[in-house]
Amino acid sequence: MSVRMPVLLPVDLWALGAVIALSVGLMVMLLLEWAPVRPGSPRGAILSLLTLAAAAGSVLYVRDVARSLFGGMFVHDGFTVFFTILFCAVAALAVLLSWDYARRTRIGQSEYYMLLLSATLGMILMAASNDLITIFLGLELMSLALYVLVGIRRARLESNEAALKYFLLGAFASGFLLYGIALLYGATGSTNLTRMAEFLAASPLQNNPLLIVGGLLLLTGFAFKIAAVPFHMWTPDAYEGAPTSVTAFMSAGAKAAGFAALLRVVLHALGGVHANWAPMLSAIAMLTMTVGNVTALLQINLKRMLAYSSIAHAGYLLVAVVAGGHEGASAALFYLAVYSVMNLGAFGVLTLLGRGQEERVTLSDVAGLGFRHPLLGVTLTVFMLSLGGIPPTAGFMAKVYLFGVALKAGWIPLVIVGVLNSVVSVFYYLRVTVAMYMEEPALEPVGISWAAPGVIALMVCLALTLWWGVQAHALLALALRSVQGLM
Amino acid sequence: MTLPLISLIPALPLAAVALHLLLGDRLGKRGTALLACGAVGAAFLLALRAVFALAARPEADRTLVEIVTTWMRAGDFSVDISFLLDPLSAVMILVVTGVGFLIHVYSIGYMAHDASFRRFFLYLNLFMFAMLTLVLADNFLLMFVGWEGVGLCSYLLIGFWYERPSAAQAGKKAFVVNRIGDFGFLLGMLTLFAFGGTLNFTRLFAVAPHVFAAGGTVITIATLLLFLGATGKSAQIPLYVWLPDAMEGPTPVSALIHAATMVTAGVYMVARCHVLFRLAPVSLEVVAVVGAATALFAATIGLAQNDIKRVLAYSTVSQLGYMFMACGVGAFSAGIFHLMTHSFFKALLFLGAGSVIHALSNEQDLRRMGALSSRLPWTHGTMLVATLAITGLPPLAGFFSKDEILSSAFASGHFGVWLVGVAGAVITAFYMFRLYILCFRGSSRLTHEAEQHLHESRPSMIAPLVVLAVLSAVGGWVGMPFQAGGHAFERWLRPVFEGGPAFAPARELSHGTEWALVAVSVTAGVIGILTALRLYLQSPQTATSLASRYASLRTLLVNKYWIDELLDAAVVRPFGAFSGWLWRFWDVVIVDGTVNAVGYALEGASAVLRLFQTGFVGTYALFLALGVAAMLLHFLRHG
Repeated sequence: MSVRMPVLLPVDLWALGAVIALSVGLMVMLLLEWAPVRPGSPRGAILSLLTLAAAAGSVLYVRDVARSLFGGMFVHDGFTVFFTILFCAVAALAVLLSWDYARRTRIGQSEYYMLLLSATLGMILMAASNDLITIFLGLELMSLALYVLVGIRRARLESNEAALKYFLLGAFASGFLLYGIALLYGATGSTNLTRMAEFLAASPLQNNPLLIVGGLLLLTGFAFKIAAVPFHMWTPDAYEGAPTSVTAFMSAGAKAAGFAALLRVVLHALGGVHANWAPMLSAIAMLTMTVGNVTALLQINLKRMLAYSSIAHAGYLLVAVVAGGHEGASAALFYLAVYSVMNLGAFGVLTLLGRGQEERVTLSDVAGLGFRHPLLGVTLTVFMLSLGGIPPTAGFMAKVYLFGVALKAGWIPLVIVGVLNSVVSVFYYLRVTVAMYMEEPALEPVGISWAAPGVIALMVCLALTLWWGVQAHALLALALRSVQGLM
Repeated sequence: MTLPLISLIPALPLAAVALHLLLGDRLGKRGTALLACGAVGAAFLLALRAVFALAARPEADRTLVEIVTTWMRAGDFSVDISFLLDPLSAVMILVVTGVGFLIHVYSIGYMAHDASFRRFFLYLNLFMFAMLTLVLADNFLLMFVGWEGVGLCSYLLIGFWYERPSAAQAGKKAFVVNRIGDFGFLLGMLTLFAFGGTLNFTRLFAVAPHVFAAGGTVITIATLLLFLGATGKSAQIPLYVWLPDAMEGPTPVSALIHAATMVTAGVYMVARCHVLFRLAPVSLEVVAVVGAATALFAATIGLAQNDIKRVLAYSTVSQLGYMFMACGVGAFSAGIFHLMTHSFFKALLFLGAGSVIHALSNEQDLRRMGALSSRLPWTHGTMLVATLAITGLPPLAGFFSKDEILSSAFASGHFGVWLVGVAGAVITAFYMFRLYILCFRGSSRLTHEAEQHLHESRPSMIAPLVVLAVLSAVGGWVGMPFQAGGHAFERWLRPVFEGGPAFAPARELSHGTEWALVAVSVTAGVIGILTALRLYLQSPQTATSLASRYASLRTLLVNKYWIDELLDAAVVRPFGAFSGWLWRFWDVVIVDGTVNAVGYALEGASAVLRLFQTGFVGTYALFLALGVAAMLLHFLRHG
């Protein structure tokens, strides 16, 4: 009689806890639609927060365990834990920011939060996957939810347009990605990242055209998601058209998810052929930083400006990927955590601007804001300084560490371009501050929709931006620990 | 319980900032002023306490490090938030808190009628915090925090009266130029980290001689990048252009930030990194030459300015050049000495100018002043002391420090630098006395309106002037030359500057040579003063008597006239024309042009890039496909 091993150990259930919790949570929310609530009820938001807390708690409970599940398709390691917590935190902050924003802009409540959770689930799958197929599944789950979220303000033309563009181009990019996966499968005989790495280590065929073209197409797919130049064109339109709370969510979450998958593929599976892709990625990084920052200079609409800024930040992050190794990867993780917090904060302030359905997010709308609402002004200033990399904020520490690592790895021109870019970027970030403190509003001053959940989210972002600026080493140590199993 | 010795000093102004923000307008003007000045005054007392504690230790052991907390630690990358008190930072904190306190007190009166009283003191306190962090930091990263912080405050304070377009424009210019400097500083810092492995001053300077080959490429590039940062902050060629425009800010700001403290940060940084600079002789030469060139160049421009604050601004640029000159020839302690004395007399000059401007209802043009000596006796007296001090006449403060710089340049064999320095001293004396005479002597050219409201400033503004005048008079005596084993100031700084790699010591000068050098620099000052007196005080009289007594005293008058003309033609006209040309051509066309061109180029690029953002999905998809095609092509050709 053969002994049947259980498919999953209890510890595995905990490791899968995030996936299970989110799946259950969003189904419960769907089922609860049978019991309709009055519009504006916080039920969806509260359920989402509980689900996210359960997801994060479950993964944290087994944070020191390393498991490989489902035939090596799903791995639970420090990297997965780091990103799961990051995505849950980003989603939770986005829920808090949406709490009042979704109500006042009349966004359908239940499907909104359900889609938010689906996207989060997709992100977690992307970070936890050790197989190109599951990465693709996660990416599509995330993207489909985001396409709908971008267009969820059905009555707004801009929202519709943004969603359609995002969808069409996203589908296009997915095609590239899938084709790349097929070619890589042909070249290495596997879609599993670990087996691909083993194959490449043993293979003399590292310059196999199939491998190179496949890798490039895969890279294109990821570059689209992280908004790297020249695959960034959808970003400003989608970010501007989407509801601000959704923009906040996707600018942090989707970008981090794209980088999570990119890091795993590039550093784990393709780590052996570093010399093949590093120069290419370095060129993309330079282009991304420069185009993002230079285009941001003239933007009047803050959502659009922050969209270009997020493109530029993708460029800085690519510098860390190019630098590679444990240090490069840890710099990327550190930067992603910091970027998520400060970017959510910046967009978060924008969700408070304007009353009812109005959207007041231009430079002239924030004119004089610093004097009328001093605390809000200081908050937005801190986020802007941090995005610009000015000490003593977290953004500065993240940039210093990132560029330091890249310089150590010998990428001198890349670092020079990077530092030049961060110098240029301060112009447009500080323009916001100048508008707040040195200009008077031309139109009627913007009204502020104060709401406790949004303010709490902003306070969390503000505290972390400042705390990591003066106490960075705990986060950095965590980032270094999290990438130990990656290579 | 003992209070922490060092960290409280920057913490006090920061706490004041927090209180300004929290309490808002509930404090009232009196409360705001009390809070702002109290915090800085207390910081000064704490600084005194710390320096006395430092002085009580044996000379070899005068380095105190206070670690507040670990900032960032990852593998071999480790930075703390920690402060370093050694004789060098001790001098700096005394200057910053001492002069800073006086200027805070002065500002109460100067800004009394300004609607944004609280905002002003908030920025000023924030500046004090940043500046103290800068000088007390024990690593590059924390220093950069202060470096950016003072830059930000400077920017906010230049544009303080943002309703004026010129103020907003000036703020922008300062910002642009300082970003270039910051770029250098950041890259220099990253280079030192990548090769030296640490950003901590003590550790980096200890390993530097082993890690970096003396005169090697890496250390030369790193120090040149740092110096680029210094030229931005300290307004040296080619990045000096923002400082004269920075005079758009309120006058106490000009005194505090753009004369006494912030602009000296570059000098302090170079002195702090003397170990690194000594490893890179090429960089030191660059520092000396840029310093000397700036000293002379800015002085010549100062000749032709009619705005009282602009004359002082160019003078500041020029004096900062002297400090860099000292560092460049290896006389770091002379540079810091001049930094200190300069902060006394230049702060006084700016505050005095502020008092004049205040008295004349915001008149800044020297051509509409004159004969104010009896109407503003206190302002006049203190300004005269400062003017004599900056011209380098003994026994005032400027004499000792400037003389030491010039003799160090001479002793180290930099004769060209020395000569430029002496020429600069002549011109300095000339334009300073021109300013003094046009402002306080001669005939009154006041507008009727200004005449009506003319009044001496209130006591709270006069008191800081008097204290600074005393300091400008006696502050240099700690550096009395001709003492066996060096003078007191040098002995104090010696533990800082004698460490590090071997450096070719300057030749010992004989007493005779030293006396001769003193004579030369005093003579230089006297020539400048006499020329100014003749041209601006005597020639108007000459001109009137020429008309009335044309017949009888003809020969003499013609002679006099001829001398004046000669002086005018040989010295003033060419220099005036030259400096006018320099100002018009160099400043306006080249420098402003470049700054604007960079801005336009970026804006143009931004506009072009925006064209691609057509809004059509087809275009975007095309770019996506083109991107993939480009990558494939690249690999097919190189892969």
